[in-house]
Parts: sequence; structure tokens; C-alpha cells
Amino acid sequence: MTQREVEILLVEDNPADVELAVHALRHNNLANQIEVVRDGEEALDFLFGRGAFNQRDMEHPPKLVLLDLKLPKLDGLEVLREMRDDPRTRPIPVVILTTSREESDLVRSYSIGVNSYIQKPLNFDDFRDTVRQLGLYWLVVNQVPPSRAFAGKSE
Amino acid sequence: MTIPLLRDSSVGRKLTFVILSTCGLALLLAGVAIVTADSFLLRSALEKDLQALAQIVADNSTAALAFDNAQDAQQTLASLRARPNMQQACIYRANGTVLAKYAASDATSECPPKTERAPTRIDGMNLFLSRPILLNKEVVGTLYFRYQLGEISARTRLYSLLVGIIAICSMLLAVVLFSRMPRLISEPISKLVETAHAVSTNGDYGIRAAKTTGGELGILVDSFNEMLGHIQRGDADLRKAQDELEQRVAERTNELESVNKELQAFTYSVAHDLRAPLRHIDAFSRILSEEARGHLPPDCMKHLDRIVRATQQMGQLVDDLLNLSRVGRQEVRRQTTGLTSLVDEVRKEIKEVAVQSGSTRSVEWQIAKLPFVDCDPGLVKQVYANLLSNAVKYTRPRDRAIIEVGSMQSNGQPVFYVKDNGVGFSMKYANKLFGVFQRLHRQEDFEGTGVGLATVQRIIHKHGGKIWAEAELDKGAAFYFTLGLEEPDAKELLIAN
Repeated sequence: MTQREVEILLVEDNPADVELAVHALRHNNLANQIEVVRDGEEALDFLFGRGAFNQRDMEHPPKLVLLDLKLPKLDGLEVLREMRDDPRTRPIPVVILTTSREESDLVRSYSIGVNSYIQKPLNFDDFRDTVRQLGLYWLVVNQVPPSRAFAGKSE
Repeated sequence: MTIPLLRDSSVGRKLTFVILSTCGLALLLAGVAIVTADSFLLRSALEKDLQALAQIVADNSTAALAFDNAQDAQQTLASLRARPNMQQACIYRANGTVLAKYAASDATSECPPKTERAPTRIDGMNLFLSRPILLNKEVVGTLYFRYQLGEISARTRLYSLLVGIIAICSMLLAVVLFSRMPRLISEPISKLVETAHAVSTNGDYGIRAAKTTGGELGILVDSFNEMLGHIQRGDADLRKAQDELEQRVAERTNELESVNKELQAFTYSVAHDLRAPLRHIDAFSRILSEEARGHLPPDCMKHLDRIVRATQQMGQLVDDLLNLSRVGRQEVRRQTTGLTSLVDEVRKEIKEVAVQSGSTRSVEWQIAKLPFVDCDPGLVKQVYANLLSNAVKYTRPRDRAIIEVGSMQSNGQPVFYVKDNGVGFSMKYANKLFGVFQRLHRQEDFEGTGVGLATVQRIIHKHGGKIWAEAELDKGAAFYFTLGLEEPDAKELLIAN
């Protein structure tokens, strides 16, 4: 599993939300390479190849991180800040996928350097459509620099 | 005192000037009077004296004249030598020729021709006296004196000098005395002035003027101190009230801040934690209905549909409530806003939503030209969005729905209105219209959360405006509002428009 090339890292603590997100991705044929982590610490462990993920191939960072804001241990904004502080994770696209659209959350997310901020629509049909659009955009349309260009450039 | 130089001088200087000038003038007048009186008295005494002398000389000369004895007459006149100021004396015979004459050593010895002038006259520095010499009441000759008045003028000069010296000395003395005296008058005033200055610069009403004298100045100082006492007490009361008020405001602010924080945390939590389960209910119901289609009886499918709709409604309610609370916390950011285009935008959005939901209704919009106003465009757009969508909603039963948007002037400020010919409401319930969760229609007739008009009212109040409604059941409703615009701005903008 750790040797598999991960395309989407889903950081989500609520099992129902995990299930729905996976369902929506699968519904749109985007569920092939998803890694799900359940809190902020685990997300950073995965991204930096620490702890349970020390065997992970750092040559292949995820193409997209879907990040919830309310998370146990470290919240979404703290995860985002650590990612943006490290050159190895700085270029990874991060989309915040959360329930609220409080102005303060939006402002802070963008000031730290989020790539996109999406409020999960209440209507599941709309949610599936949103997931389809963002998967298509970030995994197919969007271009990222090759991982070797920034892998290993630790501070 | 109108002397410009003295206008800004201290009271002490003014007093010194007044007293010195008064003293000086009095002394001068007295001196002049004394000298004048003295010289007048002296002169008249001298005149009398000379008259007496002339009488004696005339009496002594009658015999010499009678016998034309020049030698005797000469001797009589020689006795005048005792009067050093006697310049010249002559005795004329009745026919006017000189019988005898006398002259002081430095004077001319020629007698002037006899004249019939006034018996005594003063000419320059000389007193001239001529007097007939009688013998048995018959004029036998004339006596003539010329007397120098140098004595008198010397004495007048001396007196004038003395008066001058005394005046100068007394004025100097007055200056010296007065330079030590002003404490009596000017010092209490100066102290009062210093105190007043100290009070006004330091704002310290606890200072008191020292009372060093009685009389009017003492009363003035007392009154001043009493007045300061009043002010001090008033000031202290005011300060106390202010402190109390500040403390109360601080307490209230703290309370409000903590309540506000709680409220913020609450709404944040509502936004996250209340919406999440709703999403899950909606999602799993939909997934269930998709996956179980064909396996579940139609009734169960209907139930699932109910669940989805209830979830959507609750989601709408949560969103509306969050919006209401956001509007309450949001600051009004005024900017010049063209209401015509804003209303047009809202109308288009409403139409779009209606088209998307498959509605084929047509609404007759009567939108008048609206002014440019100073308001928060985002918030006022919410106002129009609510009022216009309400109007659309409540005209649904009408075949010909008419919605009118416009503005008018009332009491110098623009009043905006939205009128419709919809189902209206009874004015009995008008007071409930803007309350949260207050609805005047059944959910199955007209859907809604009862939060929209509460939000509208909050926005209007935040602008400092007012909102009210006029309606009649089954006839239609009209909503009026103002935006708390300052009169001149509003007028200018209306004109500019």
C-alpha cells in the first residue's frame, strides 16, 4: 500500500464524510488512488514520510490534498501552514473541503496559501458534481512540476 | 483709563500713575495759586507802602515848592536812598519844570517830562507813581517815583523754585512710598489673577486664592473661592459620574464581548456541526434511494423523498440563521451605490432561479429609476433580494403578478418601496412581520423560514434606517424603508442622478 502512487490524499476525520467523499470520487471514477488519513498529525506523517508512513516513496507526492478544517490534534489550517513552510510540500495543491464558509476561515486559508476553498454543498447531488469538477480539474487539467524538482530539498 | 500705554499695564502701575498724576497736578495748582497770591499781595503791599512814602515825601516838599527851594527838595528826595529799589524820583513845579530830582547810582538822572497819566502803573519791571503835591488843597507840584520791582520777581522766582522742589520731592516720596504700598490694593488682585490663571491652566479646582484683605477685594476673593468650590464639587460629581459610567461601559463591553465570543463560537459550531449531519442525512438518503430503487415499495421511496426535502429545508434554515447572525456582526461599509442597477441584478438572479426550477410564471416588473445612495451594497442587495423574492412568492396565485419598485421623498429623505398585488396580510399581524421565525402563512402555502424579513430589518437598522409595511389581506403588500442617509448627501445624489 505504501509503495502505491497516491493521487489524492483525503484528510477527513468523520467516517461518514470519508465514506461520502470516497463514494463521490468512485461515482466519478476518481477513486483509484486515494489515501485517507484521519487527523492532522497523520496527514503530516504521510506527507513527510514519518511514523507509520516512513516507508513511503517520497519521490511521488500526492497530486492533490483534500483537507477538512476541523480535525483532531492538528486542524486543517495548521496542516496547511506546515505544508507551505516546507519546500518539499509547498507545491502540492491543497483544496479545503469543509462544511462552513465562515469569512474568517476563508481569509486565513487563502492567506496561508490554499489553492482552492470549497464548501461541501448540503445537497449530495451537488456534492458529487463538485467532486467531479475538482477531481477533473486538479488531476487531469492541472499541471504540477516534477517531484524530483523539489523532493529532498529539506530545510 | 484710555491711555493706550497703560491699557495693558498692571493694576499697580495704573494706580501709581493715577495717584502720581493727581498729586502732581494738585501740587502744581496749589503752587501756582500760592505764588500768584503771594506776588499779588506783595505788590499791593508795596504799592501801599510807596503811596505812604510818596505822601511823606510830598508833605515834606510843600515848603520847598512854596519857596522854590531846590536844595531843600533835593534833601528830601535824598532820604529815598534808604530804598535801594527806588530808581528815580522827581519833584515838578506846578508849571511842569523839575524842581529836584533823585536817581539811584545806576539809573538815568534825567526826569521824564511830566505827564497826566494814571497815578500808579506798572510797566515791565518798574512801578511808576505820580502824585500831586497839595498845599492848602491847591496843587503846587507833582511827585514822581520809578521803583524797580526786581524784589518781587526775585521772590516769585524763589517761591516758584521752592514749589517746584517741593512738588518733585513729594512726588518722589510718593513713588517711593507707593512702590511699597501696592500690596494693599494690587497684590490681592494679582494673587487673584495668579490663582485664576493656575486654575485655568491646570484645571485644578482645588486651588484657592489667599485672602489678605477685607473690603470689596476681600469679598471678591471670597466669592471667587466660593465659585471655585462650586465648580470643584460639580467637577468632582461629574468625574465620579464619568468614572462610574466608564466602569459600567467597560463592564458591559466585557459582558458583550464575552457574549459575542460565545455567539461567534456558537455560530461557527452551528455552521460546521449542524450542517454536517444534515449533509449526511441528505447524502445517505439519496444513496439509499438510488441503490434501493426497485427494491423498496413506493411508499418507502416517498418517505426517503420527504427526508431529503426536510433536510434541504433545515439546511436552508441553518443558512438563513447563520446569515442573520453574520449580518448582525458585520460592519456597514457605505459606498455610493446605484440602486437601479442593483435592483436589476437582483431581478435577473430571481428570474434565473425561477427558470432553473422550471417555473414559467411571468411577472410584470415596474421598476422606476432609483437614486444613487450611500449604503453597503452587499447588505442592501440582500434587502432587495428578500423583498423581491417575497413579492414573487406571494403573487404566485395571481394570473397577472405586478411588482413595483421605486422611491419617493418624505421629510427630506428618500423612502424606498417594493409593492406587489399578492396575497398580502392582515395589518393585525404587522407587528409580527419582522420577528425571527414569525410567519403569517402556512408552510404548505408559501415555503419559508421566517428569517428573511428579520434579516432585512437588521440590515436597515444597521444603516440607521426604518422599515415598515402596509398591506391588506388578498390585495397586496407594500414594504417601505429608509437607509438612514444624511439629508444633504441624499439630496445631492438625487440631483446627480
